[in-house]
Amino acid sequence: MTSTSSPIHLDLEATRHAAEVGSTVEPVLVAKDVSVYYGDFRAVRDVTMSINRGEITALIGPSGCGKSTLLRCFNRMNDLIESARVEGTITYHGIDIYGPGTHPGEVRRRIGMVFQKPNPFPKSIYDNVAFGPRVNGLRNRSELDEIVESSLRRAALWDEVKDRLKSSALGLSGGQQQRLCIARAIAVDPEVLLMDEPCSALDPIATGRIEDLMNEIKSDYTIVIVTHNMQQAARVSDRTAFFTTEISDSSDRRTGVLVEYDLTEVIFSNPSDERTESYVTGRFG
Amino acid sequence: MTEGPLSDRLEPQVASLTGTTSRRRRFLDGLFRFATIASVGVALLTLGALLVDIFLQGRPRLNPDLLSNMPSSRPERAGIQSAIFGTLWCVGLTAVVSLPIGVATAIYLEQFARRDRWYVRLVELNIQNLAGVPSVVFGILGLAFIARGPLSWGFTVGTGAMVLTILVLPTVVIASREAIRAVPSSFVDGALALGATRWQAVWRQVLPAAIPGIATGSILSVSRAMGESAPLLLLGALTFVTFNPTGLDSGYTVLPLLIFKYASDAKQELHVVAAAAIIVLLVLLLTLNTTAIMLRNHFEKRRH
Ligand SMILES: Nc1ncnc2c1ncn2[C@@H]1O[C@H](COP(=O)(O)OP(=O)(O)OP(=O)(O)O)[C@@H](O)[C@H]1O
Ligand SMILES: [Mg+2]
Repeated sequence: MTSTSSPIHLDLEATRHAAEVGSTVEPVLVAKDVSVYYGDFRAVRDVTMSINRGEITALIGPSGCGKSTLLRCFNRMNDLIESARVEGTITYHGIDIYGPGTHPGEVRRRIGMVFQKPNPFPKSIYDNVAFGPRVNGLRNRSELDEIVESSLRRAALWDEVKDRLKSSALGLSGGQQQRLCIARAIAVDPEVLLMDEPCSALDPIATGRIEDLMNEIKSDYTIVIVTHNMQQAARVSDRTAFFTTEISDSSDRRTGVLVEYDLTEVIFSNPSDERTESYVTGRFG
Repeated sequence: MTEGPLSDRLEPQVASLTGTTSRRRRFLDGLFRFATIASVGVALLTLGALLVDIFLQGRPRLNPDLLSNMPSSRPERAGIQSAIFGTLWCVGLTAVVSLPIGVATAIYLEQFARRDRWYVRLVELNIQNLAGVPSVVFGILGLAFIARGPLSWGFTVGTGAMVLTILVLPTVVIASREAIRAVPSSFVDGALALGATRWQAVWRQVLPAAIPGIATGSILSVSRAMGESAPLLLLGALTFVTFNPTGLDSGYTVLPLLIFKYASDAKQELHVVAAAAIIVLLVLLLTLNTTAIMLRNHFEKRRH
């Protein structure tokens, strides 16, 4: 296959795959020309991509290419980094999440996040899951009980912890803690879940459970996952975005760019960019 | 793999277990351990000797009369009651005012302030510098601006407490900031990612986790106020005060000043009273510091 013929071929194939994944592709989050700066350093350059409802989108690429940086833009967690500045627009159902009237707390309630390192609060299992509903104003005890139970069930943790809801979350294993963090995130009923290498601190069995869990909940939640694990991206995601770093013209540090964004099968079996191909086949980074 | 090569490979390592390098290292290790134990020992022995000496000196006057009598230059009637109350008033007021202000400042600087604002850097710089200013300078400041000058509050317990507050505030802020900074930022991130406001994250995650450290650090800083005499010397903490403070505008004396007065008196009998008063001051200090430790343990236990 020559490089000139491949784009056409890919387009056809992409359409076919799109038809298989879901007939209606509805974008939930749309990033347009997004660049992120840390001070003067441009960490990510001109990313344009859309995250589709009900899909699992994987962000892959070598270390430092800005996957976490971009992910944090989607729910304004970059606001917490003083030097960070976002250019371009990100819309959620057409609303600019960096717009003047938008409250970051509201954005984060709808677009939840699971961190790389499990970060349960030093409170009981119950209080961890109830934290989100509580800060959003829910006081009713029986409603809280219900939310805690259903969230823990969804996160496939209920059976393991139902007898010790009042004991400290810090006593759970790493895998259980991460599932607790997922339960905590879905307790506020978000539409999108952002996950930054959620399995990197877990063993293969715990990882498998989280992947099963993602597959189970993906009909209700749109998921964006950053992962360094190619098999994981291939296993769980519908679409994959490959990023890499490029020497930029303005500084000597490497800036992250989006190389290719397509259906996962295409990225892994028939990518249109050489850099994607060498990365997914393990010949790079 | 055969046995021969393995033991061959192990032999040099086994040899090093008993070799000369290891012997030298063990000697150095032992020497260092001896040096540290010796220095701790010297410090503890000196402290112990001083305590025993004071206790033996002061024992004849360690009785209820010491606590119930008012200060006096007549040895047989000399007590320390008004100084105890004066000290408690000063330290109590200092704690009540400096803890809320100090902790609030620490929360602001750690959780809300932006480091790139000039006024934030100015406040930080000042706190660092103020913590290192000799206490007598605060006394002069208090004399010029609080006792006299703009506020003209006179030589009152209120003036004394206000100056002590300014004196301990920087250390309260620094201790509280340390405690707040020790709370993992992942708690705040986790809370904010669930839609909490900054204030909710601070109130529900940061403060509960930081309180043990804040309590210990702040109480230890405030207890410093108990031993201060230099600034109060300038602020008219009189010595032979025969009444307890009844309000912010009362005259007052404090234990360190009264001790100094008794100890520098020509009458030998008053030196015994000074020694006894030192023991009382030490007991008060110890009580405060024990409270700090108990508070910390209490909160730490509650968290798990
Ligand atoms: N808080 C920050 N302040 C300054 N620079 C940062 C900050 N966070 C990340 N960077 C820089 O931005 C670039 C992208 O970082 P980012 O963490 O997004 O990469 P990543 O793709 O998630 O890498 P990894 O796979 O190792 O997690 C890197 O050059 C990094 O040094
Ligand atoms: Mg990352």
